[in-house]
Amino acid sequence: MTRATKFAARDSGPSARVAGFIAHLRENGLRVGVAEAHVALSALSEVNAIRDDEARRALRAVCIGCKEESERFDDLFNSYWMDMGRVRKKVVPAPSNSFNDDVHSSRDAQGQDVGASGDATAPDSGGDLAKSEGTGKLIATKQRNLNRRDLRDLVRPEEIAEAEEVARRIGASLRERRSRRRIAARKGDRIHFRKTIRRSLATGGEPLRLLRKARPDRSRKIVALCDVSGSMSVYAQVFLAFLAGLMRADKDTDAYLFHTRLVRITEALRDKDSMRAIGRMSLMADGFGGGSKIGPSLQRFTDSYARRFVNGRSVVVIMSDGYDTSDPALIGNALEKLRKRGCKVIWLNPLKGWSDYTPVAAGMAAALPHLDMFKAANTLGDLAALETELVRL
Amino acid sequence: MIWTDLQTALSREGYVASDDLAVALQLALALERPLLLEGAAGVGKTEIARTLSAVKNTKLIRLQCYEGLDAAQAIYEWNYQRQLLSIRAAAEDGETGASVEARIFSRDFLMERPLLAAITQETPPVLLIDEIDRADEEFEAYLLEVLSDFQVSVPELGTIIATSKPIVILTSNSTRDLSDALRRRCLYNYVEYPDRATELAILKARCPEVEARLAEQVVGFIQKLREEELEKTPGIAEMLDFAAALMGLGIADLTENPAVLHSTLTTLLKTQSDQAHITPEVAGRIAGKAA
Repeated sequence: MTRATKFAARDSGPSARVAGFIAHLRENGLRVGVAEAHVALSALSEVNAIRDDEARRALRAVCIGCKEESERFDDLFNSYWMDMGRVRKKVVPAPSNSFNDDVHSSRDAQGQDVGASGDATAPDSGGDLAKSEGTGKLIATKQRNLNRRDLRDLVRPEEIAEAEEVARRIGASLRERRSRRRIAARKGDRIHFRKTIRRSLATGGEPLRLLRKARPDRSRKIVALCDVSGSMSVYAQVFLAFLAGLMRADKDTDAYLFHTRLVRITEALRDKDSMRAIGRMSLMADGFGGGSKIGPSLQRFTDSYARRFVNGRSVVVIMSDGYDTSDPALIGNALEKLRKRGCKVIWLNPLKGWSDYTPVAAGMAAALPHLDMFKAANTLGDLAALETELVRL
Repeated sequence: MIWTDLQTALSREGYVASDDLAVALQLALALERPLLLEGAAGVGKTEIARTLSAVKNTKLIRLQCYEGLDAAQAIYEWNYQRQLLSIRAAAEDGETGASVEARIFSRDFLMERPLLAAITQETPPVLLIDEIDRADEEFEAYLLEVLSDFQVSVPELGTIIATSKPIVILTSNSTRDLSDALRRRCLYNYVEYPDRATELAILKARCPEVEARLAEQVVGFIQKLREEELEKTPGIAEMLDFAAALMGLGIADLTENPAVLHSTLTTLLKTQSDQAHITPEVAGRIAGKAA
């Protein structure tokens, strides 16, 4: 893999090749624009660009913007510059608007070929990536598992709109959480001293008007974890629409899917087009409808993502039936740890709606002592009914 | 200066930077772009700025971000109390309104906060914007404006244009996703925990009095400990504390006394469950493996 790509002789020199590289990155979903091409060129002039390791480091510093991209960069670099001595015919490919037209609008680090970097469907080694087509694209979507179910079959756009409405109301009912810091307010409990003095300058130093400050309400952040294992597949429709709705109602929402593994789908769901968001989500939900390992998934959540994204202002919503194939004690431990971060934990169980339901599943029983709320939810109607309950939380 | 020179200069000040990081820093200096550093807590993100200011022999101006940080704390604020006193004094002296106004809205009455201070220095300082992820998104947007234009406008005073462009280092613990706009403006480096050789070099640079054999053991121990499932993975500062603790207790060999070793683990394990998890036996086993 160390042999450099040969470029066609008629190509117009290094700057065109760098521009081609930037286009190559963009096609693979990195968020780089025209400005980066310019910066990349000046960066290369600052290092000894003849040496591939130096060029690689310089381009890395310029072109990537987050950890995930950092991990992919080497493969992308290799597939463009180190393409086994293959001749690259045309460095600047024609713009393909079908592939990644949301580079500038999406928060997604991964673009459309989610599988190439997401842990869900990534090929295990980057080693053979350069062997793909001449354009050097990492088209992991081609290796898509055939038995994967497309979540788009499950969810209709109208439902998302409806769920969005429900989600918005639920989000609003979770709003209250006092901030510690006071900010200026019309009816505050304390005097805003700085402002008062500042205002008194106008009246020759006499504080005629007392300005006040108060502790503002800060919105709570919803972190949703949805079980998409086989036993939940009948309810997946409702919950997935709800997730998509939650995300559209409040962009700070954080969403995860789990079955035997945990996948963060926040980035995918931020897509402006709701159906495309669901489509991207289904790419990540490899193993959808399979077995469930709730304990290990929650464990992984508390040990990794929760450390960064869950704090005292978070409400963690777990949507699962509690049927688990792993040790139920893990669920208890994970939830206990999670609660220590100061968040509220809500468990929505579709089975609870049944008339004679008792939480006998070992996993559910282990979870119960650590929950702030345990509710039934089968339909969007049920979720909407939660609104009044959540206010009291 | 090429990046290897920068790397050497940094290591002379006691900071061992990886090649990736050194190139990123060099480019940040050469292209006058902000550098965004992400990574786990305790990998030395903040320390880079400090060392860089020592290398460049310039001032370090630090802006610690927190939730609710606003322009008054980050950019400038009028010194209201002083203005007030001034008005009172002027009234007694019979000074006219216009001259009082001109005086109290001058630079003397302006309190510089880190961002304004950073762009009004004689020589370019290092501006460290620490834990940018803790600040609100609105502040991030404002910050972008200052960092792209390098000027601040004060309504009463006019626009203050930068006398020197600061070297900007931003750090983030990724408790929140930063905006695309900010990421695009910055060069980026993800700082990893150091590998064995690098960490050994760090230990040697920071605590030269630690003997080579013990240093090997300490680094090996920490590297193995990071592989354990801990709530809080020990960073570089913890490693240095650990080495210092061992030195203080006069221990020359990690494996010789498991009880003493376990008591020094307070420098590394910072939660109750981590301490419960690493029992003396486990610690002894890790030390044995590392030796």
